[in-house]
Amino acid sequence: MDVVLLSRIQFAFTIGFHFLFPPITLGLTLIIFILEVLYRKKRDEMYKNMSSLFVKILGLVFVVGTATGIVMEFAFGNNWSQYSRFVGDIFGAPLAAEGIFAFFLESVFLGVLVFGRKKVSEKFYLLSAFLVFFGSHLSGLWIIIANSWMQTPAGFAIEGGRAVLTSFFDAALNHSTLIRFSHTIVSGWITGAFMTAGISAWYLLKKRHQELAKMTLKLSMILIVITSLLELGLGHAHSVQVAKTQPEKMAAFEALYDTQQGAPLTLFAIPDAKNQKNHLYIGIPKMLSFLIYFDFDAEVKGLNDFPEDERPPVFLPFVSYHVMIILGSLFIAIAFFGTYLLAKKKLWNTKWYLTALVWAIPLPHIAIQFGWIAAEVGRQPWVVYRVLRTADAASVVVPAWQILFTLIMFAIIYTLLFIVFMRILLKIIRKGPEEIATA
Amino acid sequence: METLAFLQNTWYILIGVLLLGYAILDGFDLGVGALLPFLAKNKEDKRKLFNAVGPFWDGNEVWLLTGGGALFAAFPHAYATVFSGFYLALMLVLFSLIFRAVSLEFWSYEEKGKTFWEWAFVIGSFLPALLFGVALGNVIVGVPLDGNMEFTGNFFTLLRPFPLVVGLLGLAAILMQGVTYAALKTTGEVQTRAKQLTNTIWIAFIALFALSFIVALIFMSGILTNVLAWIAAVVVLVGWYMVRVAVKKGKEGQAFLMSSLAFVGLWGIVGAIHFPNVVKAKDAALSITIYNGSSSQLSLTVMLIIALIGMPVVIFYTAYVYKIFKGKVVLNGDGY
Repeated sequence: MDVVLLSRIQFAFTIGFHFLFPPITLGLTLIIFILEVLYRKKRDEMYKNMSSLFVKILGLVFVVGTATGIVMEFAFGNNWSQYSRFVGDIFGAPLAAEGIFAFFLESVFLGVLVFGRKKVSEKFYLLSAFLVFFGSHLSGLWIIIANSWMQTPAGFAIEGGRAVLTSFFDAALNHSTLIRFSHTIVSGWITGAFMTAGISAWYLLKKRHQELAKMTLKLSMILIVITSLLELGLGHAHSVQVAKTQPEKMAAFEALYDTQQGAPLTLFAIPDAKNQKNHLYIGIPKMLSFLIYFDFDAEVKGLNDFPEDERPPVFLPFVSYHVMIILGSLFIAIAFFGTYLLAKKKLWNTKWYLTALVWAIPLPHIAIQFGWIAAEVGRQPWVVYRVLRTADAASVVVPAWQILFTLIMFAIIYTLLFIVFMRILLKIIRKGPEEIATA
Repeated sequence: METLAFLQNTWYILIGVLLLGYAILDGFDLGVGALLPFLAKNKEDKRKLFNAVGPFWDGNEVWLLTGGGALFAAFPHAYATVFSGFYLALMLVLFSLIFRAVSLEFWSYEEKGKTFWEWAFVIGSFLPALLFGVALGNVIVGVPLDGNMEFTGNFFTLLRPFPLVVGLLGLAAILMQGVTYAALKTTGEVQTRAKQLTNTIWIAFIALFALSFIVALIFMSGILTNVLAWIAAVVVLVGWYMVRVAVKKGKEGQAFLMSSLAFVGLWGIVGAIHFPNVVKAKDAALSITIYNGSSSQLSLTVMLIIALIGMPVVIFYTAYVYKIFKGKVVLNGDGY
């Protein structure tokens, strides 16, 4: 098998698995911090108890995130050595900065959160909760800086066949950094809010910890309303940015083959890129032009306007992008319905809705995974957009069989980790917040 | 010295400092892990040792991540060559670190799988403790590189006498970190066992140090005239000797610090004899040095600013949190 393809599969698998965990961290650290603030203000044990449960879960999530994150730090050297040589001058700095500014902070103070409740003052504990929250978000910023530079590279020149930094701020704050960061962070908050909502809904269904569960569900519901609406705006802004800075990616998202004035927004289609056709097409005329340019007749570039060897694949980005949007819309629907039930004071005993909340826990993860697939596959055939091709980025000295071997190993190990992780997560939730806090 | 050369030299030292920080700090939890079967005889013992490293191992590992990121940023060619060239060996390290990272958390919750996760912690600590030294030994003694800085050997190229001896010496240094730390954080039988083990490792350490010197004389040139290396060697010997003195006096904290001092000396020797190479090639003309393998002046400058702002803060709060958890481990329900 082909070295590049194997390395791509390995990277996609290991990063996809790793990225199940950081979004939970982003969301949970926010919710833990809010609960700790509420505890300081209202002096009600219930906030502390619920926070203790989430700290336990955070500890578990964090170790699996760390275990799978170490792999990513070295994956560029292992499997993408030509990429590493080419971009090292720019791409290494954010990774190192992530360690120095953020990951140290997160890890060191997570130790205090998990091990130190009885050892430090309440104020210091609250500060630790804030620093873990702050550190994990800062960590996200540096990683997003690195990724965004691959999408919309800036602040560099090509010298001697390598990318060389010319402006740190242009490179770090390139066209897609801030919007990608906001979009990703909020997706993490949605993930966390759905997780805590699902857990509280489960307690309500089981008639356990009802007072705590009601408080947490209410808090989660508020967060879901805010974040899912915020994500609608951020997702839109991110799409506009993609359309303007990576037009062929947007064309692939929308399966738009020919450049058009007044381009339609695709609602449903089965794209057939080979024959440049969409089967069973349903769309809103002129809507895509309007969404991107605020003008129903604006021109949107189609894939045919780009050289054939610079076009991304269509099927996978198209499907992923639309699944993400459908799920995002579903979150808004869940938010509105939950608010309606809450206002009517029916939320605590509408069983089907509570059951739905439990089953909704994995949905933000699915949306996030598809979002990233759309973003990364939509950038192909480039690893650094219009600068370096993925085909030229892989390691040249690693034989295919070794990559196949490590890929199989990762598949086995990560499957094991996932099974045990789920088992322990359920165990912690079953044990319950009051039992954990008084242990 | 011109600015670029100054930055290249500075980054050579800074990456050394990051790796030293990793060796000293993660060294103690790797050491505790690798020696767990000898230190702990029952579940209570294990819980004490796990809780002794519990709040720290994660933060300690960040030194490795930061060192790796800094190597990528400052000397991308070295990062690319080593991690692709030593692919299988480093994947073995990564698999070990994955198992190790989850092992304590999983151990504390799982009823049936306890033995499995305990051994995951032990082996996941032992293998990296050994293999880091083997990898370093290869980089120092020289590996086959071609004109494009690409590694031309295979997995077995890495298993030559010099790297293996360096691997064992590194392992001994890490184990010494582990036992002195265990003695510092525990009481009773675990502490007694840790002190007895310190004596054994103390002897193994000096034997391997001497053996390393001999193989270095055989496989490397110019080490006898390297003044810095001699000074560093004295630091190693002082640290090593004082470990025993401190243990006898019952000063466990001092023993741990002296073991760390010996580690500082070891890294000093490495830094002195390896300079200015980052990855030495068998054919010296093809070596990746700090001069031909570095990033640009601007990139090194930005990184230096980041490090100068960030690292003092990191060291400050890391020290502060260590202070919070200072003293003997008490099983109070928090943690494992």
